[in-house]
Amino acid sequence: MSSKTIGVACRNVIKEFGDGEAKIRVLHGINIEVPTSELSLLVGPSGCGKTTLISIIAGLLNPTSGDVVLFNTPQSQLPGRKLVQFRAKNVGFVFQQYNLLPALTATENVAIPLLIQGVPRPQALEQARHVLNYVELGSRANQLPSQLSGGQQQRVAIARALVHQPRLLVCDEPTAALDAKSGQTVMELIREVAVQAGRVVIVVTHDHRVFDYGDRIIEMSDGRVVNVTSKN
Amino acid sequence: MNWVAWKMLTGDRAKYFGTVFGVAFGVLLISQQTSIFVSLMRRTAATVLNVRDAQIWVFDQNMQNTEEVKPLSESDLNRVRGVPGVDWAVRFFKSQARARNLETGEFRQVILIGLDDTTMVGAPVKILAGSLADLRRPDAFMVDKAGYEYLFGVGEPIRLGRTIEMNDTRGVLVGVVDVHAPFETFPIVYTRYSQAVRFVPPERKVMSFVLAEPEPGVPPREVCQRIEQATKFQAHTRNEMLWFQVGYYLRSTGIPINFGITILLGFVVGTAIAGQTFYLFTVENIKQFGALKAMGVTNLGLTGMVLLQATVVGLVGYGLGVGMAALFFESTKGLTHLAGFYMPWQVAVLAAVAVAVIIVCASFVSLRRVWVLEPAIVFR
Repeated sequence: MSSKTIGVACRNVIKEFGDGEAKIRVLHGINIEVPTSELSLLVGPSGCGKTTLISIIAGLLNPTSGDVVLFNTPQSQLPGRKLVQFRAKNVGFVFQQYNLLPALTATENVAIPLLIQGVPRPQALEQARHVLNYVELGSRANQLPSQLSGGQQQRVAIARALVHQPRLLVCDEPTAALDAKSGQTVMELIREVAVQAGRVVIVVTHDHRVFDYGDRIIEMSDGRVVNVTSKN
Repeated sequence: MNWVAWKMLTGDRAKYFGTVFGVAFGVLLISQQTSIFVSLMRRTAATVLNVRDAQIWVFDQNMQNTEEVKPLSESDLNRVRGVPGVDWAVRFFKSQARARNLETGEFRQVILIGLDDTTMVGAPVKILAGSLADLRRPDAFMVDKAGYEYLFGVGEPIRLGRTIEMNDTRGVLVGVVDVHAPFETFPIVYTRYSQAVRFVPPERKVMSFVLAEPEPGVPPREVCQRIEQATKFQAHTRNEMLWFQVGYYLRSTGIPINFGITILLGFVVGTAIAGQTFYLFTVENIKQFGALKAMGVTNLGLTGMVLLQATVVGLVGYGLGVGMAALFFESTKGLTHLAGFYMPWQVAVLAAVAVAVIIVCASFVSLRRVWVLEPAIVFR
């Protein structure tokens, strides 16, 4: 572990929801380190806290206590707007239900993160087309999400997550809504992306078919990390 | 991101047009009903609007509107003329009479206007057939264009010389005029004052109003005050007289309440349809908004997107609604019984304000959902 560059580190992350008697502790002091250039899988049964942890790592939720260090920057030092800007620049998301905008073509959907960062539209669309070619969907660039299969939509979502070249890619159950073949294609793509230098890729999953793709498997249970397995 | 907001809005055509037509329908109701209301109120003041050449109206102290005239005596005219600041003052007769078409024998109630024999003050400005000089001929009268149709038949070509009878007195048509349509769908018959008093049963006092003009440089309002002090009559400027008449109808009839309810309904229905459709549009896109938020769009950015969408819906809906209202008035302006109905520009402004309120309400309801939206929703 010492020879690897740590991209994401959780330091005693605790997350509680609710107040008073209704208060529920979902994460009980999570301490993990996720190195770059690896594909890390976050696995565990439903309700074990995977989604909460990934939301905190991605900066979408604030921990009740503890901190997350992303590429040597503690999130606690990025209040409000700065955290949003940091997220826009450094984090890419792949969602289980793709969350593509139905009124936008594949290219336009992919261009969104660049538009958020203020890249002029023609330039953003041009870059989006390049990334679509990379995920082998160049021929579908002008189609709406409703005209694409589930696997194709997820590849568009991956292209969207990569177009602004984020250092952290967070994937939530990327294969859950896909058949075996499409799931395999998507995981191969994510794996290819993960090994690129300086990038952290975390995939939340309980799909056993994808476990083979992971370099590191972080197992969770009842809000705790119970096991970390590394192939390297 | 404005471009993304635009694409999101127009991407689902059914919802887009549903929202736009919600606003358009509300605007149509508001602008059309308000215009009809305003036009109706203007029609109640037609007698005042049709007198263009006198700035001051003098009449009995107890009179409440121009339809219920309490006549003045001839000596009252001289009292008004004697008030300092009055340049000139003349008689003006207004009453209702029953006219019989001597060719067909049919009756119509008419509004009878008697103009000062010498000066013809209060005469119509726009004469469609004949000339004002002809009104000096024996038994002569003129009638408004709609009144000609009421008296002689719809679609009848204008033919001067036709005769009617009022109070057993023969009248000969010498002209057709274009004037403001009255509240009642009665013909307006113009004649000389001396002729008018023969068209109605005799009374001791017959002079309905005194029309006066202030001396040059003297404000009409000041002259009105002097007349009121000197004669104890009511004296109003032309504009005051217009509101005096409209005010009576506003206070004493159910017209404003009924139209007010319709206008309010237009506003409520417009707000409800537009608000609900727009709100549902936002709710159905809530995951997409969540995804955008996760990807780094701030609340301010999302607010801008929602406001842009609302503004587009508002502008297009407003354009369609006001356009449809304008089309209605344009296509009905030739109809005799709808003469005088039009859409004042102020109504278009009012509808714009209403639509702005509708859009702000609809946006606010939607924005509340977006503002409190946790970006982590995208993982649920």
